[in-house]
Amino acid sequence: MNSSGWIQLALFVGALALITKPMGLYLMQVLDANGKTWLDPVLKPLERLTYKIMGVRAGEEHDWRGYTWAMLLFSLASCVFTYAILRLQNFLPLNPQGFGALSPDLAFNTAVSFTTNTNWQSYAGESTMSYLSQMVALTIHNFASAAIGIAIAAALVRGIARHSTRLLGNFWVDTVRVTYYLLVPICLVFAIVLVSQGMIQNFLPYTKAKLLEPMKISVAKVDDKGQPVLDQAGKPVMEEQTIEDQTIVQGPMASQVAIKMLGTNGGGYTNANAAHPFENPTPLSNFLQMLSIFSIGSGLTWYLGRMTKNQAHGWAIWATMTILFLTGAVVAWHYEAAGNPIHQQLGVSFADGNMEGKEVRFGIFNSAVFATITTDASCGAVNAMHDSFTALGGLVPLFNIQLGEIIFGGVGAGLYGMLVFVVLAVFIAGLMVGRTPEYLGKKIGAFDVKMAMLTLLILAMTILGFSAWAVVSPWGLAGLNNSGPHGLSEILYAFSSATGNNGSAFAGLTANTPWYNTALGIAMLFGRFLMIVPIMALAGSLAQKKLVPASAGTFPVHGGTFVILLIGTILLVGALNFLPVLALGPIVEHFLTAQGKLF
Amino acid sequence: MKKLFSELRSAIMLTLALAVVCCGIYPLAVYGVAQIAFRSQANGSLIVGQDGTIHGSRLLGQSFTAEEYFHSRPSAAGNGYDATSSGGSNLGPTSQKLNDAIKQNIADYRTQNQLATNALVPADAVTASASGLDPHISLRNAELQTPRVAKARSLGEDRVRELIRANIDGADLGFFGEPGVNVLQLNLALDALTSK
Repeated sequence: MNSSGWIQLALFVGALALITKPMGLYLMQVLDANGKTWLDPVLKPLERLTYKIMGVRAGEEHDWRGYTWAMLLFSLASCVFTYAILRLQNFLPLNPQGFGALSPDLAFNTAVSFTTNTNWQSYAGESTMSYLSQMVALTIHNFASAAIGIAIAAALVRGIARHSTRLLGNFWVDTVRVTYYLLVPICLVFAIVLVSQGMIQNFLPYTKAKLLEPMKISVAKVDDKGQPVLDQAGKPVMEEQTIEDQTIVQGPMASQVAIKMLGTNGGGYTNANAAHPFENPTPLSNFLQMLSIFSIGSGLTWYLGRMTKNQAHGWAIWATMTILFLTGAVVAWHYEAAGNPIHQQLGVSFADGNMEGKEVRFGIFNSAVFATITTDASCGAVNAMHDSFTALGGLVPLFNIQLGEIIFGGVGAGLYGMLVFVVLAVFIAGLMVGRTPEYLGKKIGAFDVKMAMLTLLILAMTILGFSAWAVVSPWGLAGLNNSGPHGLSEILYAFSSATGNNGSAFAGLTANTPWYNTALGIAMLFGRFLMIVPIMALAGSLAQKKLVPASAGTFPVHGGTFVILLIGTILLVGALNFLPVLALGPIVEHFLTAQGKLF
Repeated sequence: MKKLFSELRSAIMLTLALAVVCCGIYPLAVYGVAQIAFRSQANGSLIVGQDGTIHGSRLLGQSFTAEEYFHSRPSAAGNGYDATSSGGSNLGPTSQKLNDAIKQNIADYRTQNQLATNALVPADAVTASASGLDPHISLRNAELQTPRVAKARSLGEDRVRELIRANIDGADLGFFGEPGVNVLQLNLALDALTSK
């Protein structure tokens, strides 16, 4: 844990703090249907045209049911759109490598995955997806699912800020404005910066490069039918082959990667995701990608403060998130820097830490912090392989997801997830002093607490239920790449990632099977929509309440006491739900590593 | 029911509108600017020889085993540095398979570079990267390989060290990330030097 790491960490938090207010101010303009932005001269005509072809009257607002229905219909329509492209990929243009259509279960999994902002990938991008699939079928959801998340968060914040009304805003207006005024303009600039660092953006077929030193490999000999040839002892016959070329991936990557990070989607253009040198060429591109993951989530805390006319509350939420982020980052960094004692016994230098599954240009620090950030948010892009992290280094991303990804979180999703914990925290505070809990001038009733609890129960039950099913089923165990406690971690991580709509993986797990594709697809749908519906009901309920003036007995939702109570609530719920299973996975693995036990 | 139908129409039309704006206009705009302003980067940072041969990309590692070349890190991408199947080993901390591989790599590394049998080996030299395409090795790793390469090419070690320094990708702005030696570029530079 060197000084350069501490400097980078300080810079990151400093930069994040600096962009929070400008981002929040801009969100105020974008999320106001009549808001003025400096991009109006260019974008206003496009916005009006879009409403016209959609048949939307921008002045009308939805109640919580209408808002939810519109969100569900849009998710459905865009999901079907993606499924169709993936299934018809081989007939569509922009496919210079001639990739075939995706199987039904893989297309279902992928369409659901991108619709729900998960971006779990059962496929390897560079050997599966045509340029059209990448650029249209997948990228549309990078924008749409991000915009939906922000829209839902805005609706919930309006529910808190408004009173005595049923109306929460217009879903169509929010989604269109967020996409046009916020996401597209930032991505345009961001993508160009990424290209300057070495990211590709072209439509060339893959390039063949001549290797400096041809590679000799031995492969199993196959007959005309593609079956391996066996010798008399029944072993496959090996033959030597020389590889002279390296095939270099090309395509429209930068435009997809910019929104993949900003929209906390995380679905890689390539299999190695943000570890691939094209997808994350330099430490600078890495820093900007990390910052972009948190940027909107951070700005939304300021938006919350401004909308509720309680800026101290917004900053208290920001502080809670930052403290939780720093804790995770330092823990992961510590254990990755300490390295693996088993490998150090063999003769690996102690000073280098655990470099398996990490890139030299990022080193230990940037790999550990990226893993923390990508799981604090529901991003799921990876610049190092979480599967090869040390036991406790890998526990951090896993536990981050299980907390509900509320540490800045997925764009929008992080804020509405955090507000569930806020409701719970003021409820607990109310119980402690025996008063009806209040939140920003609203009395929190039984219905509100039920809705908050429902989202938490759905998260825990989906993760634990599916994981339990998988570990006792042949289909679940068939995909494992590691045995022992690490195998359990692989399965647990997969369902945590799917339910949390994260998308990162302990990627050794072979999940491209009909069973896994379907089970994970369902977990993703539960994790997205079964969470949003109770949250929208909560928003509707809060909006209808009357304001009660604050009194001496009102629990303040800012300051140190509130931050501590909120952190306590988050950790308590997370620990109660997941500590038992974590003890059987990463925690026991940590002790086994110290003893040198191998599987 | 009428309301539902009109909302469904909005959903479908918005899908199409976003397909045009976010998946058509936006990527093409990025494409246009990138091809004008950063043509080389946008097309893969290719290293093209004077005869027009494409030697590779300066961002993507290649496999080297010969004595006179600096060796890249172990790779889990396909058969090694297969740029169409990027990825890591995904083996965990208690994996027997990973343990065996690292043991073998350490033994090979010590033999190739004539190190003591108990010498500590740089971690990057014996572990697979995340992408399987890592273009870099650590400075320490390059230093340990220097005597071998210098001897195989009958060059002075200081001459080789000069080339290493010239092919370091330093930390960005001095403190972002870690410095690394670009193996492909270094080996190309060595070839250029010795063929003269």
